[in-house]
Formats: sequence, structure tokens, C-alpha cells
Amino acid sequence: MSEHEYTPKSKAGKWFNDRLPLLTLGAHLTDYPTPKNLNYWWTFGGILTFCLITQIVTGIVLAMHYVAHADLAFASVEHIMRDVNYGWLIRYIHSNGASMFFLAVYIHIFRSLFYGSYKSPREVIWIIGLMIYLLMMAAAFMGYVLPWGQMSFWGATVITNLFSAIPLVGDSITTWLWGAYSVDNPTLNRFFSLHYLIPFLILGLVVLHIWALHVPGNNNPVGIDIKKPSKDTVPFHPYITIKDAFALLVFMIIFAGFVFFTPNVLGHSDNYIPANPLVTPAHIVPEWYLLPFYAILRSVPDKLGGVILMFSAIFILFVLPWLDTSKVRSAVFRPIYRQFFWILVIDVLMLGYVGAMPAEGIYLVLARVGTIYYFLHFIVVMPVVGYLEKTDPIPMSISEPVLTGGTEPSLARKVNDKV
Amino acid sequence: MSKEEKKVNRRDFLFTASYTVGAVGVGAVIWPMIDQMNPDKAQQALATTEVDISNIDPGKSITVLWRGKPVFLKRRTPEEIAEARAVNMDDLPDPQKDEERVKEGKDEWLVMLGVCTHLGCVPLKDKGDFNGWFCPCHGSHYDVSGRIRKGPAPTNMEIPKFEFVDNNTIKIG
Repeated sequence: MSEHEYTPKSKAGKWFNDRLPLLTLGAHLTDYPTPKNLNYWWTFGGILTFCLITQIVTGIVLAMHYVAHADLAFASVEHIMRDVNYGWLIRYIHSNGASMFFLAVYIHIFRSLFYGSYKSPREVIWIIGLMIYLLMMAAAFMGYVLPWGQMSFWGATVITNLFSAIPLVGDSITTWLWGAYSVDNPTLNRFFSLHYLIPFLILGLVVLHIWALHVPGNNNPVGIDIKKPSKDTVPFHPYITIKDAFALLVFMIIFAGFVFFTPNVLGHSDNYIPANPLVTPAHIVPEWYLLPFYAILRSVPDKLGGVILMFSAIFILFVLPWLDTSKVRSAVFRPIYRQFFWILVIDVLMLGYVGAMPAEGIYLVLARVGTIYYFLHFIVVMPVVGYLEKTDPIPMSISEPVLTGGTEPSLARKVNDKV
Repeated sequence: MSKEEKKVNRRDFLFTASYTVGAVGVGAVIWPMIDQMNPDKAQQALATTEVDISNIDPGKSITVLWRGKPVFLKRRTPEEIAEARAVNMDDLPDPQKDEERVKEGKDEWLVMLGVCTHLGCVPLKDKGDFNGWFCPCHGSHYDVSGRIRKGPAPTNMEIPKFEFVDNNTIKIG
């Protein structure tokens, strides 16, 4: 961080800034020295901020027309679609926005995994990010319940029943979550309340996420520590803002493509059938962004075991900074880890695919193989590869590979040097 | 732009074009967010109300709901009509002839939005100093034609758009 003192030019600005240093904050965000080699995978932070704001704005609007009551919720959503001015547009932005949000967050997370952004000194950024991710899943799940269609109702039933796997108190906890003896009107009411609350918790965590980021500064594609500000950095504005803006525009084109041309392709048609507590749909699937975890849940032939493994799949990510023993951050210089990284990507995609398929035959086998690899990757591969791998030479600075046309061994640091 | 001869270059054009397209895009996104708060189609569907007036005796009135607001339908006696038409225009804060407030040939029917023009309360019938309506909220007095005579209300009570479908039915809206 640049620590030069900022002084507003105008007298009024100075008066205000002495009392609340908002202008200093603004100057910090503008001048914030950013590695000059950030690629487009680094634009997803800005895209995610856009997603969060979009969800909050469209969500507040939808809440003006939605009725959180078991008898009225489904009809009120149809009222939004048919009667409310531009209601169809706002609802489609909100429902597809959830998918776009997860698409962006998964790219953001895998970018961090590839370039080692979770490693020291950025562990707290990583952990706050995972908390955001957990809250996103909670918000998305509860949001999906609100239209009170068949998938809403049975999705809510299945997910809340996960808690009944807890020994001794499971049933009491489930009943407590429901506020009834099944998913019913009290459940819908509290889900609506929490669905409205969670985005603002996320917003608070995003502030902490960015604050924690601005202490060490951005990681970068070569993953080395850089002096800030220096020849290796550029000011956030206009260099990064314009790059983020361009990436955001491309993202918005894809987003708009979904909203205007295939608004229901990511949803499930059964959710246009009003909730019926007497009939379960033939094939229950969660939204696509939860499918890998759903596959892990179903791969275990034991109720409690499946639930534990599914939650472990998320919570193992919290200790990732300490499971990874490599001193080198970026996978660009890690020839072995890089291959395992892509295996993990394929593994998670495959788990997502089998999560959407019936839990039988080959799909069950694939789910089990995928689940085993998922945990092996974090528990075995990361510590062992980090320890044994012979990494490629690391450049001394960001400018160097650009100026010398490659990573000359004589100019490179040895792995054992402090990175 | 202090120098006169500074030419408009490519970059200026690109900036202006980008800002313009950006402004149009932002506007196109903001408008649906604003318009969604306007009355929706379900509300617009309530825009007309038909009322059966065959049971109303002279001197009596009924109140019906139209667009969520009360509408007074009063069948006035010949004496009340005469009283309304005898008023000197100079005595009215919002001068308007009684003839302008009713349909020609149907002079006995006063159809009026029952909403005080001050701050929207519903005035009480057969009250006040002018044999008409009186608003209890802030003390506005209306006469037998629904015109403001005394108190803080600025204008006469509004006459909605209405028509006689037949002799016994009025369509409001």
C-alpha cells in the first residue's frame, strides 16, 4: 500500500476529510498499486461485486411484489411474471443472476487455486472468501424455495432433512428449522426473512475481503512478492478499472443472453408446478451450482456419512493454506501440481455431471471415484507434491521475463530463496 | 479546452461515444426498476366500476369503492339543486358552477370522488356549515355540490370520469 498522506485540495474537502477520511479512502482505492501483469482471471472480483449488487437491487424490487405465504407465494411469483411492469425481466435477472454469481465465484476460486492466492500472507482473504461462498449457497438455496413450486418444496424438504442425520438431536433440529412438522408456511416465512438478510451479511464480508486484500496487495500470475509501488505495479485506476469494465461487459453479454433467450434453461420445469406436500417429483435435482456436493452426498451409502462427507468437502477448503506445503505460489512454475490442478477441475465438473444423473449404475461408481479423488487431492496430493516437486525457476520481478524475453536461469531465484 | 485550435481527435470521439452508449444502457436498466413501482396490470384492471343506482331515494347517497377510493353518489332533491345553483361565484374559493359538476339532464346525480382535496381524508356527509360534507381531519367544509367553502382544502372535490350506461346504472372510470 502506498502510505503517502493524501490531502484534499478544497477547503471543504479538507474539513470533511479531517472528520471522516472518506476522501483518503477514495484516493487509496484509486492509487492502489496493482501488479501490472494481472490477466483476465483477475477480473472476477469486480464481476462478483457487480453480481452481488445486481442480486440485492433486483431482490429488493421483487420483495415489493412477492408474498411470503404458502397459499399465495406461487401466485405472487406468477403475478410478478405477468402483471408487474417489467416483472418478468427483473425476476429473470434475479434467478439467472444467481447462476451467473456462482459461475463467477467458481472461476474466482479456481483462479485462486491455480495461482496460489490462498497462500501466506493471504490466508484470511481466502477464509473470508469461503465464508462468503457458504453464505451464497445458503442464500441461493433459500431463494430457490421462495417461489413455492414443486422443486422449491422438495428441495427444502431434502436439504433440511440433512440435519436429521445428526445423532440424538437431529429430529429436534429439523423440526426447529421448519417451525412445523414438515416444510410449511413457517418455513417459507423464515426462509424469506433470512434470504433478505444474507446478502447484506455477504456485503459486509466483501468489505472485509477487500480490506484484507489491500493489506498485502494482489497476488499475480507469477505469484512472487513485489515492491509496491514500483516498476512492477500500475495504479488501480485507470489501468485495472478499464480492464475490469471490459471483462464485465463481456460477462454482461453472456448474462443477458441467458435472461433474454433461455431464461429457464438453468432452472427446472417442475418448479412451475405449485408445491404439493403429497407428491414428490420423479427426479429431484438441486440447482447446477450445488451438484458436485450433491454427488458427494449420494456417493456414500450411509445417511450420516454422506452428510459429513458433503460438509467436509467444503470445510476442507478452510485449511487449504496449511495443507499446501509448496513455497511457490503460482502453478505456472509448478509442473506437477499444475497437472493435478486440471485433474481437480475435471473431477469437480464430473461430480457436477453425475450429481444431475440418477444415483445408480455407472453414475454411482463415477461419483465414488470422483469423491475419493476430491479428498485425496487436498489431503494427500497437495502436501506431498508441495514437498517433493522440483519447481521451475521463479523470476526476480514481474518486469524481468518481459524485458529479457523469458525466464533466464541466471536471473532467476532459486526455490529456496525467500519468495 | 483552452486552446481554440485543439482538434477533436479519435480518442475524444471514442470517449463521447462510449459515455453515450453507457448512459443509454444504464437508463435502459434503471427504467424497469422504476416502472415496476407503477400500478401493475392487476391494478389497472380495476379501473372501472359499475354501480346500480335504482335503489337510491332522493336526498340519499351511497358510497362505492373505485380504484381503492370512495366515490359518493348522491341523488339530490330539487331544493338542494336550487341551493347549489343559488351560490354567488364570489363566495367560492375554487369557483365552479354546479352545472359543470353534473351531467346535463341528470342534474339530481352528483358523482364525486369522496376524498378531501386537502390531505386525502374521507369527508362526512350531511355535516359542516354548508349543508354538504365536512372533513374531520383538518376542518374543511364542502357545500351540497361538493365545492370547498371554508377550511384548508384548496379545491372542490374531484368529479371522476363517469357515464350513464342506462337509467339505473353508472359506470365510473
